[in-house]
Amino acid sequence: MDHDRYDWSMLTDRPKVIWPENKKLALWVNVCVQFFPINQKGKPFIPSGGLTMPYPDLRHYSLREYGNRVGIYRFLKSFDEYSIKPTFALNTRVAERYPYLIDLLKERGDEILCHGLHMDALHYGGQDIDEEREQVNRSLDKLRELSGQDVIGWISPDRSESENTPELLVENDVKYFCDWVNDDMPYQFKTKNGELVAMPLSQELEDSFILLNNKHTEDSYVEQICDACDFLIDEAEEQGGRILSLNIHPWMLGQPHRIGKLEKVLEYVSSKSEVWSASASEILNEYSRSADS
Amino acid sequence: MKEDPQLFDYWPYENRPKIEWPNGAKVAFWVAPNIEFYEIDPPLNPHRKPWPRSNPYVAGYSIRDYGNRVGHMRQMRLLDKYNIRGSISLSAALCEHHPEIIEMCLERNWEFFSHGIYNTRYTYGLSEDQEREMILDAFSTIEKHTGKPPAGYLAPALSHSPHTLDLFAEAGGIYTCDLFHDDQPTPVNVRDGSKFVSVPYSLEMNDTIAYVVNKIEPRYYGKIMRENFDRLYKEGADSGTVMCIPTHNYQISCPHRIRAFEETLEYITGHSDVWVTTGKEIADYYIENYYDSSREDIHRKSGDAL
Repeated sequence: MDHDRYDWSMLTDRPKVIWPENKKLALWVNVCVQFFPINQKGKPFIPSGGLTMPYPDLRHYSLREYGNRVGIYRFLKSFDEYSIKPTFALNTRVAERYPYLIDLLKERGDEILCHGLHMDALHYGGQDIDEEREQVNRSLDKLRELSGQDVIGWISPDRSESENTPELLVENDVKYFCDWVNDDMPYQFKTKNGELVAMPLSQELEDSFILLNNKHTEDSYVEQICDACDFLIDEAEEQGGRILSLNIHPWMLGQPHRIGKLEKVLEYVSSKSEVWSASASEILNEYSRSADS
Repeated sequence: MKEDPQLFDYWPYENRPKIEWPNGAKVAFWVAPNIEFYEIDPPLNPHRKPWPRSNPYVAGYSIRDYGNRVGHMRQMRLLDKYNIRGSISLSAALCEHHPEIIEMCLERNWEFFSHGIYNTRYTYGLSEDQEREMILDAFSTIEKHTGKPPAGYLAPALSHSPHTLDLFAEAGGIYTCDLFHDDQPTPVNVRDGSKFVSVPYSLEMNDTIAYVVNKIEPRYYGKIMRENFDRLYKEGADSGTVMCIPTHNYQISCPHRIRAFEETLEYITGHSDVWVTTGKEIADYYIENYYDSSREDIHRKSGDAL
């Protein structure tokens, strides 16, 4: 490799992973709960889903807030209906702004991971390390305080990192992060401060990537997920446990005409006897246990 | 500049006070035809170019004129067929350019709400006094030609200032279509403290967003509109929801697209417990019956946000 962040290996060359009860496919439903400030600076770029019109862009600001006040409550009902165990990636600002929501998530007991401060607080190459350290530290400390959880997982806003982000995460007791998309399974990621696990959160299967970026239809979104589910179960029969990771946004799939598509996906996937619905850290724990044995 | 325009407070979409629409309807359904006038050679605004090329931008200008010359009658006939009164998002200057359109809509008792003077005159860069002047100018033009001042506002080309909604409320307006944060009406914080509300106008169901931004095929657009309705109808059994289809005659009334729209109107109006109404009627009904209880519930649930 042209860097020393990880040992390179082909997916097919690794030991088989065994999930609990010998399930074939771990389902990781990851909900990104985001705050897009209306005074967006866009430094050094505007994140995907960010505001695009001159200030004040009420249009996109209010469309994104739709997710936090309407869409997410549709999600919660759907998860419960199909007995899905979701994981929530919160911008810390969301937890600060909406006590009702964070209290509800705490009460449910779902895993919460940190998605940075907010969508306009990006981490980027060349960023001043002290500035970034403060950003990482503030996001995690505050979210840990407000959620009452250890918060060991991280996704950078828009998955953007600086050359120092992994070190700063380890410095702040983060155990896994989800920015890199070079694998379908977890792997060890090296930092100067010790190791992190890179968890495979697919971007290609993300709701906003398929719908907003690729402009595919909602029906095609459902097909793509179901096809991935079928393929991964087949591959797992031969090569060991796999992960289906669905990164979704309440402002995207929480709309009235889209929520039914999420339900279709959840219905299909959860009906498979080979599927194990789990939180990100449960998947990581089982992966580590299986790798050690 | 703050991170939040502070126009609406956080209000979770669960366990809200139940909205019951007239006659037990589950969904308040309204159609908002944007009847707009774009200038061929508008004054330049440094914050936004009106046309992507040098003027005259023939393709862009003329398809919008097509909307008024060809498309309007098609959509109006369709709305007549399904007994729908349009709520027009009106470029006020159209009153003077095309009075015959205004006349026909008046005969049908359609609602006219303000969409600024021209859709090529943006709010960006205006001082508060200039914006007030623009809002009042459109206000008085609409009142003069239709007999009633507009109750609602959709800022021209969705261009806003931090004071847009304050100024419109102060002019006497009662509702805005500029916020896309909810599927139910919600109170809006305006500085004069008046009972001013957001009536859901759905950007996602807007034909121009569907066709131009999201590049959706016509029949698929019809399909997702019906799916949008299905969910709001289902949830409306618990507490009344609002569905709006915002249209443009240069989009929806094209021969290859109008069928998808007609099938959708047929489907939605074929349900018995749908309140087919207008933006102002929704705003009036909500303010009269639910504004105060909504405010109380929001206050209870918004907590002590930092």
